[in-house]
Amino acid sequence: MGNIVDETCKQTPDYTLCLSLLNSDPRSSSADIVGLCLILIDKIEALGTETIGQINVAYKTKPMLKRELDECNLRYKTIVEADVHTANIAIKGNPKFAEDAIVDAGVEASVCEGGFPKGQSPLTDLTQKMVKICDVTRAIVRMLL
Amino acid sequence: MASSDPLLPISAREEDPLSSDVSRSDPNAETHRRRRPVKGLLAVSFGLFFIAFYVALIATHDGSRSNDVKSDGTASRARLAGVSEKGNDGMWKLTGDRNTVSFSWNNSMLSWQRTAFHFQPEQNWMNDPNGPLFYKGWYHFFYQYNPNAAVWGDIVWGHAVSKDLIHWVHLPLAMVADQWYDANGVWTGSATFLEDGSIVMLYTGSTDKFVQVQNLAYPEDLNDPLLLKWVKFPGNPVLVPPPGILPKDFRDPTTAWKTSAGKWRITIGSKINRTGISLVYDTTDFKTYEKLDTLLHKVPNTGMWECVDFYPVSKTKVKGLDTSINGPDVKHIVKASMDDTRIDHYAIGTYFDSNGTWIPDDPTIDVGISTSLRYDYGKFYASKTFYDQNKGRRILWSWIGESDSESADVQKGWSSLQGIPRTVVLDTKTGKNLVQWPVEEVKSLRLSSKKFDMEVGPGSLVHVDVGPAAQLDIEAEFEIKKESLDKILGDASVAAEAEEFSCQKSGGSTVRGALGPFGFSVLADERLSEQTPVYFYVAKGKDSKLKTFFCTDTSRSSFANDVVKPIYGSSVPVLKGEKLTMRILVDHSIVEAFGQGGRTCITSRVYPTKAIYGAAKLFLFNNAIDATITASFNVWQMNSAFIHPYSEEAVRALSRA
Repeated sequence: MGNIVDETCKQTPDYTLCLSLLNSDPRSSSADIVGLCLILIDKIEALGTETIGQINVAYKTKPMLKRELDECNLRYKTIVEADVHTANIAIKGNPKFAEDAIVDAGVEASVCEGGFPKGQSPLTDLTQKMVKICDVTRAIVRMLL
Repeated sequence: MASSDPLLPISAREEDPLSSDVSRSDPNAETHRRRRPVKGLLAVSFGLFFIAFYVALIATHDGSRSNDVKSDGTASRARLAGVSEKGNDGMWKLTGDRNTVSFSWNNSMLSWQRTAFHFQPEQNWMNDPNGPLFYKGWYHFFYQYNPNAAVWGDIVWGHAVSKDLIHWVHLPLAMVADQWYDANGVWTGSATFLEDGSIVMLYTGSTDKFVQVQNLAYPEDLNDPLLLKWVKFPGNPVLVPPPGILPKDFRDPTTAWKTSAGKWRITIGSKINRTGISLVYDTTDFKTYEKLDTLLHKVPNTGMWECVDFYPVSKTKVKGLDTSINGPDVKHIVKASMDDTRIDHYAIGTYFDSNGTWIPDDPTIDVGISTSLRYDYGKFYASKTFYDQNKGRRILWSWIGESDSESADVQKGWSSLQGIPRTVVLDTKTGKNLVQWPVEEVKSLRLSSKKFDMEVGPGSLVHVDVGPAAQLDIEAEFEIKKESLDKILGDASVAAEAEEFSCQKSGGSTVRGALGPFGFSVLADERLSEQTPVYFYVAKGKDSKLKTFFCTDTSRSSFANDVVKPIYGSSVPVLKGEKLTMRILVDHSIVEAFGQGGRTCITSRVYPTKAIYGAAKLFLFNNAIDATITASFNVWQMNSAFIHPYSEEAVRALSRA
């Protein structure tokens, strides 16, 4: 049912992004708010994993950025291992901890991006996307509080 | 305009306690940069004025009166105001869109953050305090704990004991998630003493289906003073969400109190739509309950009420009361933790035992309204009190979470602290707020002390030489010199600003007013490139009365761009005849500040990268434009509490003791 998805996405900072994320997952048609959050947490995990892959590529193509890439590696591991894990558990029982984890994911992505000298980040598109997805997800999680 | 009030130094001025309560935390205050009079010429010469008059005072070792030393003026305004000369404007944004130097936490910085005398487990994540109690000579503390990671999850009950609320020994986990009714979390609960001296514990379980239910547990062996083992009642859960209450809006049962009908009564926070509520249940055996039709209280638009606490306070005596006490000398406190905002609020009111309801003395600052009272204006949540029958005190515990990133928590291997336990009483002088103070036992950690008395002119900074400065207890008294006060109050061109000022929105400790800010800068490095000022800001009101604010400014506490650095604080009542007093406990990454004997309290988490170990220093500052202040203070070095890790030997030794 497009209705819950539509109504929910209207209450987020990025309606279009929210729609595209949720509608791309078949589970969304029969999900409640918790279910929609779980879909988005999966998206965060997938994007995080993809970004780690790009970090690994960048080690070879941009070896002079090793220090910054190391920091990003650490940050994104936190996203994928800690934040996603916490969010998945907390969303079902105690959503404020899920909110904290998702906010943190956005912070980790921003800090990773901010570590590169201006214009030299090989990850900008990905980190910006992470921040946006986290903003949308957080807005939906807050509906559970 | 000439004021009709006699012009007296602040210590002799009478202020209407809490006269402008509405702006106590003032989230909606307009942002104004505080300035001295709005007269063009004066404003222009403003900048020149205090560069020319920059004074550096050196505190002498024996605390004797300091000498005014004029600098040669090369010390810049930036240093005076404490802003980093290397940094930009000192406001480090959380997002990475500013091109900061790439920052990584190293182990040296991270390991410094661990506290010396605050309660924390050896590693991993902690949150809410649970079931605190005193039994057979021991203070017991339980807490939400993740045994597996430095982030929330897999929550069980940690346990520790102490003789004095300061020196703790960790014990084995008290309860784990081994039943269907708490499979997804052994959550927060409270203890009640029965008439025969035995103990019952009520706690929330998150069931295998994520439904929130209340469960009963009790010590396996009441002869074990360490209360190592706990038994869950086979008939659990004893309470499930009632009709009209959603399965995830039903948690954190309180300590029970006796009704005049001889039953036990508890309250549990919840919500209906966006109205925060507290449900009431009566029981005789803690196994079966009757739900009252009435609510203890409700407040619209406050969202879910977590960790509700309900207890009596004496109107006239400065002591704690057992939770069941009632009578004409008593007011009752309702406190709740707001899920939406992560802020603890309380209100003072009257309890009606006949129908289990409570009404606030002042509905405009009812529980959970953003301007209502808080135990603490900083990082402080899920707090819980208990009656300490050992010393006749009511004691407040609170979860102090981290303000850093989870990757730093994972890297350092732990997350969260408990605040230093505080006594809580009604402020018998104002009658309108609680007063909290660190438990007396914390003084047992005091090592060497140094006493200082000094006069500090406007725009001054004093290095207070106390040696190491990461573990300190500071008690200070301030007075604004009468001449300064007279001048400001009598000067019509000094604009009133009290109505608009707020700690949060008025720019922090570098923004200078006529009568403030002044206070201490803790965890500051030599160049003040990192610092955490704790200060008073005295503002003139439209009625020419003075209003005092107490703030902690963490905005320049760290170069790190992945930590949260708010400016915290609130107005603080100052009564006729009172000097301005503050106490500060510094313990590595936590700073607890108490204004006017605990009328306004602020807990902050800070994560300096440079102002650590031997580089952390203490400064006294007076950023006021006009006022000279006198400061009289003691600084103690604080010992570690040497919290003992769990070991079988230690437990055996304690059991025999």
